[in-house]
Amino acid sequence: MNAPIRLLAACVLALAATAAVAKGTGYVFVSSENDHAVTVLDSKSWQVVKTIPTGQRPRDMRLSPDRSQLYVIASKADRIDVIDIAQLKVTHSIPVGEDPEMFDLSPDGKRLYVSNEEDAQVSVIDVATKKPVARIEVGEEPEGVRLSPDGKRVYATSEVANMVHVIDTATHKILANVVVANRPRRFAMTPDGAEVWVTSELGGKVTVLDGATSAIKATIAFTPKGFRADDVTPVGIAMSADGKTAYVTLGRANHVAVVDVASRKVQDYVLVGNRAWGASLNRDASLLFVANGLSDDISIVDTKSRKVLRSVPVGRVPHTVVIDD
Amino acid sequence: MRLKHLLRSTLGALAALLAAFGFAAAASAATSVRIAHLELDTDARYDETRLAFRGLAQPLGRPFAGAEVALREARFVGQAVGAEFALERVAGADAKALVASIDKLNKAGVRYFLLDAPGAVVAEVAKAVRGRELLLFNVSAPDDALRQAQCQPNLLHTLPNDAMRMDALAQYLVSRKWRNVLMLEGPRPEDRLLAEAFDRAAKRFGLKLVERRPFVLSNDPRQRDQGNVALLTAGSDYDAVFVADSDGEFARSVPYRTVRPRPVVGSEGLVAAAWSWAWERHGAPQLNSRLEKHAGRKMADPDWAAWMAVKAVVEAVVRTQNAPFATVAKYLKGEEIALDGFKGNRLGFRPWDNQLRQPVLLATHNAVIERAPIAGFLHPTNNMDTLGFDQRDSRCAF
Repeated sequence: MNAPIRLLAACVLALAATAAVAKGTGYVFVSSENDHAVTVLDSKSWQVVKTIPTGQRPRDMRLSPDRSQLYVIASKADRIDVIDIAQLKVTHSIPVGEDPEMFDLSPDGKRLYVSNEEDAQVSVIDVATKKPVARIEVGEEPEGVRLSPDGKRVYATSEVANMVHVIDTATHKILANVVVANRPRRFAMTPDGAEVWVTSELGGKVTVLDGATSAIKATIAFTPKGFRADDVTPVGIAMSADGKTAYVTLGRANHVAVVDVASRKVQDYVLVGNRAWGASLNRDASLLFVANGLSDDISIVDTKSRKVLRSVPVGRVPHTVVIDD
Repeated sequence: MRLKHLLRSTLGALAALLAAFGFAAAASAATSVRIAHLELDTDARYDETRLAFRGLAQPLGRPFAGAEVALREARFVGQAVGAEFALERVAGADAKALVASIDKLNKAGVRYFLLDAPGAVVAEVAKAVRGRELLLFNVSAPDDALRQAQCQPNLLHTLPNDAMRMDALAQYLVSRKWRNVLMLEGPRPEDRLLAEAFDRAAKRFGLKLVERRPFVLSNDPRQRDQGNVALLTAGSDYDAVFVADSDGEFARSVPYRTVRPRPVVGSEGLVAAAWSWAWERHGAPQLNSRLEKHAGRKMADPDWAAWMAVKAVVEAVVRTQNAPFATVAKYLKGEEIALDGFKGNRLGFRPWDNQLRQPVLLATHNAVIERAPIAGFLHPTNNMDTLGFDQRDSRCAF
């Protein structure tokens, strides 16, 4: 095969891949911490298509940039299991250090940024070689990990130090340590990376950080009807791709707050299941999926009417929902 | 006009100078925030043989280990506000020796003291240092009196007191509808305190004490009716047996030896505790594992209380941007503080007696059965205030 033909073939393949991305399988993946498995649901019938066994305690999940693979953290197995979407099975694993909890993938899909809860580190792992590139010391019990859209910074929360660590992905040095409300958990980011939103479970708030300066721009409080401040324990957060609306799960308060990103005003509270944590949106943000850790189900919320369409029982202690649409 | 201008420019220059100076100070050296941990040379509660029983609701070692774990957790957050936390351990023979150490350290700039000592020593030390520029944290004395008549404005309590723990247990018994309770009470003054606290809780929550029988730890045949569990639990009927045994040596022999097949609670079987190594929620497994790695043993109540005390100091220093002592102390005792005790709630100190309000765990030897306040026990402002002395029960006058 000569060079031009090879190039043409590559282009055709790339196009084919793009077409595949556009379509998606329609599957909804749910990790279940106590079942050591990922449940696959059909997005029309909401029936279980398959249960994929994984390493112990599967938690955070993310699709590869080409959406052909699903990365699943197996916390007690100290690794990420890689599920091939076409085959719906684990094809290989990547060791990622002790007690990993959450992670993010670089925009090019080449590097994994993983929080290691026991060691108080963020590990940077090369996907191709499966080897660690760097380990960055952070505050105790790091949890949420999120890359800026340009991939230049990685943000990590420390649940115990009550901090957001801002790390330079080129030097692996900490650029800033920002003290936020107590027990910070997870992130959402505006599409331009101008604002970083972080939930604080015990502080009961969302803190809005400036993506450029890391300064605190605002805090958002939640007051769902019939709940005391102590019951409001925000953990999960998802932002629509247009950056207009954020959805914050309120844990013990069993509600999801709908927040207008620009005005930072809470527009509504939607009742979901018991201890609502994980939150994920489908691509057009028409559906919100909430993992209810203590009622072993997921709530599917229609974001237009802000009503729960249905609750689907899944495995024990659902953690994260990923939609391949 | 000229004068005004001159004044303004001078003020401006002064401000710039001050800013530069302040910046230089912050950049050059982090200020040290020293925390001292005080304990007795000999403390019967940590006696080797007693520790070897591993009684429920008993310490598993000196709580200094808990303070050390908390200090390690403060590494990062201290840097953010230019504070370097340091912990020192001081032991003394008695209350007088501890007061002398506090005097010396306080003069050297130490403002925060953890006190690991029995109730009588805590009362004496706190009285002696009343009014000084310092905060004293009681991490191991559960005595109700320290929160009531003996309370002091600069003495705080991170360990739940007897009344809190007994209220938690009473709530649990009520929720199970095990309302008739037989009480076995030991001979020591500390046993009596436990018995009194449970008696109070029983009245508050509507339990019936069927009978209150004294026990002795003895095989003397002449005292058989007080030393033999079968004889002690014969006669009347009851739903549960409450054992008031402060050191747990008698209590451990009660389960499975009762005449009737009834659960044992209080000092064995099911106990109300500040902490349990079997607690699995709100980050507890990570904390348990940190202490276990550090101390080579499991975490118990005083460890948690010492850990919590250091965490409280760190939180207050950080949230006030390492402000002067008076500001830190005010914030620490104030309503705004939200301490994370890994028990799921935002914790803070009750303004009327300086007791840390907190959930209480109901635990067996290897499981947490419930967390009090139990659902359904409500309070007008904070359900955690259904445990122990609420404002209207307080006899503390600072």
